[in-house]
Amino acid sequence: MSFLTALVSGLSLGSIYAIIALGYTMVYGIAKMLNFAHGDFIMVGCYIIFTVASTWGSSPVLGVIAAIILCTLLGVATERVAYRPLRHAASPLAVLITAIGVSYLLENLALLIFGADAKAFTSVIPWNGISLFGGQLHIQGVTIVTIAVSIVVLIALQPFIHRTRSGQAMLAASQDQGAATLMGIDVNRTISLTFAIGSGLAAVAGALLCSAYPSLSPYTGAMPGIKAFVAAVLGGIGSIPGAMIGGLVLGIIEILAKTYISSQLSDAIVFGILIVVLLFKPTGLLGKVVQEKV
Amino acid sequence: MALLEVNNLCISFGGLRAVDDFHINIEKGELHGLIGPNGAGKTTVFNLLTGVYTPDEGIIRLDGKDITGHKTMEINHDGIARTFQNIRLFHQMSILDNVKAALENQYQYSLFESLTHLGRYGRVEKEMTARAMDLLKVFSLDSDPDLLASNLPYGQQRKLEIARAMATDPRLLLLDEPAAGMNPNETRELMDTIELIRDKFGITILLIEHDMKLVSGICEKLTVLNFGRILAEGETKTVLSNPEVVKAYLGDE
Amino acid sequence: MTKEKKRTLTTYAIVIAAWAVIEILMRAGLLSSHLQGLLVPMVYYAITAVALNICVGILGELSLGHAGFMCVGAFSSALFSLLTADVLPGGLRFFLALVIGTAVTALIGFLIGIPVLRLNGDYLAIVTLAFGEIIKNLLNAIYFGVDSAGVHVSMQNQMALGLQPDGQTLINGAMGVTGIPHDSNFTLSVVLLLLALFIAQNLIHSKQGRAIMSIRDNRIAAQSIGINVVRYKMMAFTISAAIAGMAGVLFSHNISTIQATSQYFGYNVSILILVYVVLGGIGNIRGSVIAACILYLLPELLRGLNKYRMLIYSIVLIVVMIVNWAPAAIEKREKLAAKFHPAKSAEKKEA
Repeated sequence: MSFLTALVSGLSLGSIYAIIALGYTMVYGIAKMLNFAHGDFIMVGCYIIFTVASTWGSSPVLGVIAAIILCTLLGVATERVAYRPLRHAASPLAVLITAIGVSYLLENLALLIFGADAKAFTSVIPWNGISLFGGQLHIQGVTIVTIAVSIVVLIALQPFIHRTRSGQAMLAASQDQGAATLMGIDVNRTISLTFAIGSGLAAVAGALLCSAYPSLSPYTGAMPGIKAFVAAVLGGIGSIPGAMIGGLVLGIIEILAKTYISSQLSDAIVFGILIVVLLFKPTGLLGKVVQEKV
Repeated sequence: MALLEVNNLCISFGGLRAVDDFHINIEKGELHGLIGPNGAGKTTVFNLLTGVYTPDEGIIRLDGKDITGHKTMEINHDGIARTFQNIRLFHQMSILDNVKAALENQYQYSLFESLTHLGRYGRVEKEMTARAMDLLKVFSLDSDPDLLASNLPYGQQRKLEIARAMATDPRLLLLDEPAAGMNPNETRELMDTIELIRDKFGITILLIEHDMKLVSGICEKLTVLNFGRILAEGETKTVLSNPEVVKAYLGDE
Repeated sequence: MTKEKKRTLTTYAIVIAAWAVIEILMRAGLLSSHLQGLLVPMVYYAITAVALNICVGILGELSLGHAGFMCVGAFSSALFSLLTADVLPGGLRFFLALVIGTAVTALIGFLIGIPVLRLNGDYLAIVTLAFGEIIKNLLNAIYFGVDSAGVHVSMQNQMALGLQPDGQTLINGAMGVTGIPHDSNFTLSVVLLLLALFIAQNLIHSKQGRAIMSIRDNRIAAQSIGINVVRYKMMAFTISAAIAGMAGVLFSHNISTIQATSQYFGYNVSILILVYVVLGGIGNIRGSVIAACILYLLPELLRGLNKYRMLIYSIVLIVVMIVNWAPAAIEKREKLAAKFHPAKSAEKKEA
């Protein structure tokens, strides 16, 4: 039964990684940049929920909605101010470093406003969950909600991308920005929309993450951000189902490694698996192999 | 024995036969043209000959040695050098260093000598520079050797690419559209240079070109490709008067 | 003398002059002990920046794992110095520790390079990050000791080593390595920085360096002229790792206790060093050193602003990147320059 417990909590953690990885992978696929600050959007979302709850004490729904709206705006604004001017820079590293700057900025702003000490985060899901097998297996409410949310997000994204004009524009821009522009697609708007969705998802992931692991500090988002990035690469960066699978695989392996091998080495094992997968599939599980034209 | 001997060369990409049953015989010292409409598979043949692609079928022999399936690097060591249709220079390196990079396998000193600039470093570097400058002179590129390759005008970039290929001391040189983007004067100059490469350096040349003046002016033999297959081959004059070839180029009218 | 040679010699001159000025200030008692304590770290970050620039600027591959190489150099040399602390005199011990730390890191860099260099672009970057984190994680979890019976290794705890009474625990898990002799100093660090510069600059102006840069500029063209891409990629990566290892040796011999924590060896340190490299100029070795020194000292000099210093640092970073790299900003700058120096820019246009 402990295996099942571990598996369920791995699934839950994996779902959170998957939601973050979706944001990473969409932004990468379309803007061709690693948004290193993506993990910090999670942290910002959590602080918004925390602030709303501690100021107005109202139901957590209000906080979550506020977090989603504000994170979406923050994502769009960040892209507009910090990333867009560098989109056609001589080196792709320029925008990567700027993203690192944004990450530092968000972390230090949070540090300034909320201080370095961890805050106790009240779960946004006030449901105790269910007991199975006569109480032997208890699944927490947040776990169930997390898994459900990730499934809903994945299912909702498919028709959005394949059926709507905006979704088609995203696909086109991800394949060839120049050609997309020639076909009358507003690439700037499409990229803004991508950042909006990615950042909104980060807020959702933040709410779930801090409900499952209720301790909030300015660095809360950093490591999950990196792990989600690893998950996106594992699944094949740019691929939406890849991000989902990568996130779930990563979460499950991490929890199983923590339970059965060593909690200290769990990160090493996670990273080790990424390396092994990339050795056999150099563009990730579902990534496309692009051959260079000579 | 022919310098280059190719038989039954085939490759498919996703079900499409890009090159089908290609064959060619090039004698030492020959200047051979490979022509055909766009998309006929000419560059694909170059990529097969230089190991960028591995053929599905067929055999490639250089001076009797089977080089089919060898890596690009090894094929260069065997004696084939090439230029590219979409120029591929080392754009952040100087003109001189572009050529010196290609001398890599002919001059030796150890990593230790490289990191300390001791031992053979000084002497060998001097020799490499002299040799590279000689080559640049052939192409009149020796006036400002420290200029970055990316700062050269287009026509001269093509020339630098030929100089770089020649620096590897090849027996067979493959030129992919050497006159593309050149004006008539530059093209005429290029024709002289190509003949000079053959006559003075004794290098056999296979070239892809659309400029018919260049092709008929310097190529002794031609192979015509259309839809991946050989349409005609033989002496330049005979091939160019072949009605099939004219039709392929000008279309049915 | 060629332009490049002049530039190289100027770089050495700048480093030596900076060393002399700091030495004089120190002797005159004008540097606070806090500031003095920053000098060696400043130099080892500068050395790591040179190392990373070989990888990013010369080889053209993004590494996010160089802190891991520093970590290997720091731990391997620290173990050597601990074991020989009573046997060897300080100078010789440090020299040998340096050789061993650098060599071990070169070996690890070589081994990691075999899988890593088969990948491209961002995939390569994330795998270097992964290796860096694995190194840090393993060194955090390992217990290592020696006694008269030989060496003992455990992944559980110190007790599991089962050491004899005469035994010595060298790596104590997350507690790290303690009691490392303080063998490095500012002058020695500067000598090593000069050595790193010497190696990097010489490499660039050699046939091996040209081969490496040709791969960076155009891999397919490099293959077509007979360059062994795998061999030269490995060479550049290994040299880069080795120099980062050298910086690690300075690190461990500057403080008596080292732990494989994120603060010192995590991916964020690798990223910090990448920031130095990009701001100093990709491929510009001298720029890396200058950027590392300024950016390392900047937050420390902003200490008066206390709470706001990292905030200011991050804003400066973003603004500098946009001003330096955004095509629109570059165009504006050139227009402005043309207004003030019409002759000079006309000359530039002609060239």
